[in-house]
Amino acid sequence: MKRLLQPLLSVLLGLALGLGVTALAGENPWTVLKILASGAFGTGYDFGMTLFYATPLVFTGLSVAVAFHAGLFNIGAEGQLTMGALAAAATGAILFRVASPWAPLLAGVAAVLAGTLWGAIPGWLRARRGSHEVINTIMLNFIAAGLANYVTLYLLKNPESQNPETRAVGDGYLLAPFSWLGGAPVGWATPLALVTAAGVGVLLWRTSLGFEIRAVGQNEAAARAAGIATGRVQLLAFALAGGLAGLVGVAEVLGNVGRFRVGFSPEYGFLGIAVALLGRNRPGGILAAALLFGALHKGATSLDMETEHVTRELSLVFQALIILSVSADGLWSWLHRRRSSC
Amino acid sequence: MLIQLIGSTFRVSTPLVFAMLGGLASERAGVVNLALEGMMLFGALGAAVGTLATHSPWLGALCGLGSGVLLAAVYGLVVLRWRANQVVAGMGINMLALGLTPEFCKMLYDQTGRTPAIPLAEHFQAAPMYGAWIGVALAWFVLRFTRPGLWLGFAGEHPGALDAAGISVTRVRWLAVLASGALAGLGGAALSTFSSSFFSRDMAGGRGYMALAALIFGKWRPLPAALACLLFGFTDALQDRLQGVVVWGREPIPVQFIQILPYVVTILVLAGFVGQSRAPKALGVPFERD
Repeated sequence: MKRLLQPLLSVLLGLALGLGVTALAGENPWTVLKILASGAFGTGYDFGMTLFYATPLVFTGLSVAVAFHAGLFNIGAEGQLTMGALAAAATGAILFRVASPWAPLLAGVAAVLAGTLWGAIPGWLRARRGSHEVINTIMLNFIAAGLANYVTLYLLKNPESQNPETRAVGDGYLLAPFSWLGGAPVGWATPLALVTAAGVGVLLWRTSLGFEIRAVGQNEAAARAAGIATGRVQLLAFALAGGLAGLVGVAEVLGNVGRFRVGFSPEYGFLGIAVALLGRNRPGGILAAALLFGALHKGATSLDMETEHVTRELSLVFQALIILSVSADGLWSWLHRRRSSC
Repeated sequence: MLIQLIGSTFRVSTPLVFAMLGGLASERAGVVNLALEGMMLFGALGAAVGTLATHSPWLGALCGLGSGVLLAAVYGLVVLRWRANQVVAGMGINMLALGLTPEFCKMLYDQTGRTPAIPLAEHFQAAPMYGAWIGVALAWFVLRFTRPGLWLGFAGEHPGALDAAGISVTRVRWLAVLASGALAGLGGAALSTFSSSFFSRDMAGGRGYMALAALIFGKWRPLPAALACLLFGFTDALQDRLQGVVVWGREPIPVQFIQILPYVVTILVLAGFVGQSRAPKALGVPFERD
């Protein structure tokens, strides 16, 4: 229970501070809270959109968490999911005629492979060259964005659109949305996220690779002394993290618009860091945190229309305040003090 | 053509140089600073608001500096006092700035995600460009020849020794973080009152991270890092100039490849393929007295 207390209180503190900002802006915080809640959960469609935004956050949250368990910071989920989505869209646009059961599978594998590859680069650089993954992954995010721009504008441009996006994938690739969510683009990608979360849990806590990952993360020197090939484990963990982020491509391309759109991600990769942190890097916690952040994101889209002085950007403010408060260990030391004194 | 390119290289790299100096202050003192991006955003908005209110870019720049310091104080509170992980908190600060700045535009001007334009006569012509390089010279001088510069270096390399000499590591790091907010704030001010004449959402566009890359590229030393900023600025200016230019065949040059060049080079430098880059020893390690 105590382990849950810090994230829960952080959420409350973050929400309270964020609502304080709305009060400064001249809005009634209670009204804003109601708008957020009804925007996120009011109708079946609203809830569907909340799930739609939460799904990629599960993938990126898991991605960050797997790397974190190996003692690595994956700031690169944004680049990995860009490469994943691009690969899925490219597969569907080039192999246009593949039919239904195989097509999404093919594109999904392409997405995972592309993400894995993009994650393996900083993993390799860390394991073999000893260079720090934080700057490398940030650089790779920019490189992925540049490459995706190039592919979208030069190689696979959609001739029928003014927007920077790729040609549409074949119909066989599309995952139909569930009919009971009021037309929100939520299909099999969301159950896939749940299964993936469970799979990551099994991998980390029930397999020898998972044990090695956690051992390296907790004490690299001790793990090496115990005969674990730490470099290999770091590389694998980062590749796995990349593959997980790549799955965002399935949700966005196959489950939503059927193409790669430049800038489609509202910082899913960065929000994944917050989701993992808030979820204590556990699959269950990540699911809950992703749902919360998805709800904040969806709920905030109503703020533009329904309030005078507050914009949808408020969701970023909430999310940022939650991250800052959950990471500020010193702020919560009173929670843990009693235990350490006895 | 070449003269123009050199001129725009210096112009484009001005905000980067300021932000890099900000990164230098905090990282040499041992505090990782991914929050440069957010501090730049705050500085850019502060400077635009200040200039619009006072009709003087100098007072505007001062507001930008203050806004950067304000956000840096939040960052310092979270990482120095509450010992948050510096990478996570840095990302959090950036998100906070990304969300708050458009919100402030809405509150102040009732506009979505941008400020009104600053009249041409009221924005900077060249002063920030000179200011940035004066800043580089000053940083070099301070780090090399002054006592506070020495303390800064010790806070990042051997905080224990600094503490033993009776100087508070935490205080030095606090000052370094606040200074980094001031400098990154000036970088943001250069964005909104020199490179352009308004503030818009996500205006820093990754320049804070670029500045950090330049810092690492330049091995945490003022002059080499400033030259790295120039190099990054050059690729930026070049791709701007080559946009839509046809060199051979029928297709224009894909400028994306020029765009990603600085990032690729940074990775290669970090990996030790192009020289070695060593971080301050205590970078990112919270100081605890034994």
